[in-house]
Amino acid sequence: MTIDGQKVDFAPGETIYEVARRLDRDVPTLCYDPRLEPFGACRLCVVEIEGQARPVASCTTKATAGMVVRTVTDALEAHRRTLLELVISENRDSGDAFGAGTPAHVDPLRGASSQELSTLAARYRVRPGRHAGAHSGHSRRDDDNPFILRDYDLCISCYRCVRVCDEREGDHAIHVGGRGFESRILTEFEGHLADSSCTFCGQCVQTCPTGALADKKALRAVDLPGELTKTRTICPYCGVGCSVDIVTKGDRMVAVQPAFDGPANEGALCVKGQFAWDHVQHDERLRTPLVRGADGVQRPATWDEALDRAADGFRRAAAEHGAKAVYAIASGRAPHESAYTIQKFIRAGFGTNYIDNCSRA
Amino acid sequence: MSNPLADMEKPDAILCIGTNMTECHPVAATRLKRAVAKGARLVVADPRRIPLADLAELYLPIRVGSDTALLLAMAHVIAEEGLVDEAFIAERTVGYQTLREHLRQFTPDWAAPICRVSPAHIAKAARIYAGAGRAAIYYTLGITEHICGVDNVQSLCNLALMTGNLGKEGAGINPMRGQNNIQGAGDCGALPVNFPGYQPCDDPEAAARFSQLYGREIAPERGITKVHALDLAAEGRMKAMLICGENTVVSDPDRNHCEHALRNLDHLVVVDLFPNETTALADVVLPATAWGETDGVYTNTERRVQRVRAAVPPQGDARPDWWIVSQLARRLGLAGFDYESAKDVFNELCSVSPTYAGLDWDRIDRGEYQWPVPDKDHPGTPILHRDGFKNGRGRFNMITYRDPAEVVDDEYPVWLTTGRRLEAYHTRTMSGRAAGMDYLLSEESLEVHPDDVATLGLVDGGFARVTSRRGSVVLRVRADDTSPRGTVFCSFSFGDVPVNVLTGGGYDPVTFTAELKVCPVRVEPAEPPA
Ligand code: SF4
Ligand code: SF4
Ligand code: FES
Repeated sequence: MTIDGQKVDFAPGETIYEVARRLDRDVPTLCYDPRLEPFGACRLCVVEIEGQARPVASCTTKATAGMVVRTVTDALEAHRRTLLELVISENRDSGDAFGAGTPAHVDPLRGASSQELSTLAARYRVRPGRHAGAHSGHSRRDDDNPFILRDYDLCISCYRCVRVCDEREGDHAIHVGGRGFESRILTEFEGHLADSSCTFCGQCVQTCPTGALADKKALRAVDLPGELTKTRTICPYCGVGCSVDIVTKGDRMVAVQPAFDGPANEGALCVKGQFAWDHVQHDERLRTPLVRGADGVQRPATWDEALDRAADGFRRAAAEHGAKAVYAIASGRAPHESAYTIQKFIRAGFGTNYIDNCSRA
Repeated sequence: MSNPLADMEKPDAILCIGTNMTECHPVAATRLKRAVAKGARLVVADPRRIPLADLAELYLPIRVGSDTALLLAMAHVIAEEGLVDEAFIAERTVGYQTLREHLRQFTPDWAAPICRVSPAHIAKAARIYAGAGRAAIYYTLGITEHICGVDNVQSLCNLALMTGNLGKEGAGINPMRGQNNIQGAGDCGALPVNFPGYQPCDDPEAAARFSQLYGREIAPERGITKVHALDLAAEGRMKAMLICGENTVVSDPDRNHCEHALRNLDHLVVVDLFPNETTALADVVLPATAWGETDGVYTNTERRVQRVRAAVPPQGDARPDWWIVSQLARRLGLAGFDYESAKDVFNELCSVSPTYAGLDWDRIDRGEYQWPVPDKDHPGTPILHRDGFKNGRGRFNMITYRDPAEVVDDEYPVWLTTGRRLEAYHTRTMSGRAAGMDYLLSEESLEVHPDDVATLGLVDGGFARVTSRRGSVVLRVRADDTSPRGTVFCSFSFGDVPVNVLTGGGYDPVTFTAELKVCPVRVEPAEPPA
């Protein structure tokens, strides 16, 4: 087939969009998430096919041999712009307390995909208000769950949240009710998420292209100064080993977002990996070594004092009672470098294999 | 796991036993749900009607601690009905005839009263598993935390070997590791029986090699397990201990014994993130850097070696574990602890471990490798045992059934089983401090079947005293038919409900894993705790 004048091979079953992506063609999308079944609702991804009168959605149309495709023409771009204007008129200035303001400014703290609509709006120079439609008024700000903000004034009915919940999570916690300007994402009985089958995995938040579903915990940091930075790492909880990005502002950890290219999770997370990260900078952290005094009370000490004392105790135990009077338990939560040095400490220091880890608990 | 996580979407049949995957490994469970949606046949065996059970074609509510009996009877059906993979047995295993003879006695009729499920259901489970082109087994601590944990695992191996479900895509025997780096701790040699890379401590050659590497004569003999070490401490024969990142007092079975053991030490050094019940007993407490502050490596449950990275500076004076331990070692005059970074440590590990020999810090940057990676040209090993087993042929194990260490009787008539919950992790040192988690789960409760609530004189939402042969705790009652009649459940995540006061009736004789899944108790109404 040919895309924008370039000849290209494709695999059976590949869509035009997927092939175009491989060629680095920047076809705009809104209802598309590579992990989900193609949906074909937003029609932003339309392309022209030679010999066909109407443009087709590239995310749902399979590539076929000999196809000649154009992804950018004046007509397509105008069409996309009109579509975006329509979409954005639905998604009016919500002027909310989190300072999100117009669709052109959605705080990236809201979620991993939250910038998609506003980026496209900027690219097509679409300003809100041209089609000032009815304000849907379906925000569920009253949902008091601490994790997920439901700000449906920003919703464009792309169904990505619903589809991720069904297709990827298998939880079926949410569905769409109403039509057009009235459509909104509902739970069973239109209640709060906590009363539904929602597990707060946050997947709907992270796929939402507008910030209509947003990370409430992250939004606490809206007013913190500093650039958002992401650091790729692995979730510290269970053995699945999901890849995540830690989001920081300056020296503060402000959110966790899933890594869509993580080999173990392909963008999925559970409530722990997604939302349970704030032990790290918690007030109760141990910040200084402690040494127990003769009176039995633990007191802050310098590293030198503490390490001397710690080393002395092991030296004395081995000297007085033999190498087999010393034992170490490594952690199944700390990184390799912890377990490796601890086992080496025992083996090199005492010549025994008196070492274990916490897997038995 | 013998197979990668991605394979969870590929089996034709799935046996989940002793794994509450949707709560304990939620993201892995999403793959399983997709497999089922695509038509995979799912068999779930678990004493509790866990969420997975609702997705299953066949759910077997087996009595706690009866797994071996179920697996033996399934093997019996597979052998008797000839549902085996003859070619695989001939080419890759030894001892099948002996196993066949051995299995004759373990009929479904024999197992049914032990497991409290019908013989027909046992046979059906066997036929679903053995009848599939690709059948995969997933399990967790529900299999291992028993006095017969090793027997259970070996029984699962028998099933996979009989049916040729090892060394191929979408199959395998797949334990799901509970902690982020428990696999890694083992890989690194933090075991009494293995040096780094699972080289046996009692192998004189390995011992000689590490003696040489570490500059100290290491006796070619196994060390002792943590359980044994704590016993020695309680007797006053173990004197000094270094504990890293484990709240032993809360997480280990038989809390009173454990606390006594640690108090009895002359010297206890604890490296941790937060003050807790165990740091409180320490002579020296050393503050470690947390996840997000530490560069390093984790290995996940599918043996994938992945980098973790520091995103924020450490709190206060906290330091990485490797730095702390190296400083200790240097103070004892040990050579070989001059690391300047986590990278130095990891690269040394790769140089002494055959399973990591092809890896180094830079190669694992994107987490593409699953060990073993024996050399630099090796692509890694997503599926184990593809071309053979480590020791040549797969060996069948002649397992028999044993009752749990403690069984219900007139005095302790109710089975208690323990586990994890989705919203809490371990002893909640981490998840309990995360804002919002209390909204989902703010306290521990005892899950009691609604019909038992009345029989036991309890009130839903009221309190119960749970007493075992070792101690008792008081906690709130929650009527819930997830647990069957005669069995109650709670997690070990909440410090104010120290469930480990109760557990610890027995240990697997090989691994010394405590029988945390089975503990006969007495349940009585109680006043709310003060
Ligand atoms: S809430 Fe977000 S993801 Fe869901 S339909 Fe609306 S815009 Fe799409
Ligand atoms: S996000 Fe959930 S499933 Fe993934 S590693 Fe973390 S705890 Fe496990
Ligand atoms: S992305 Fe193709 S129709 Fe929305």
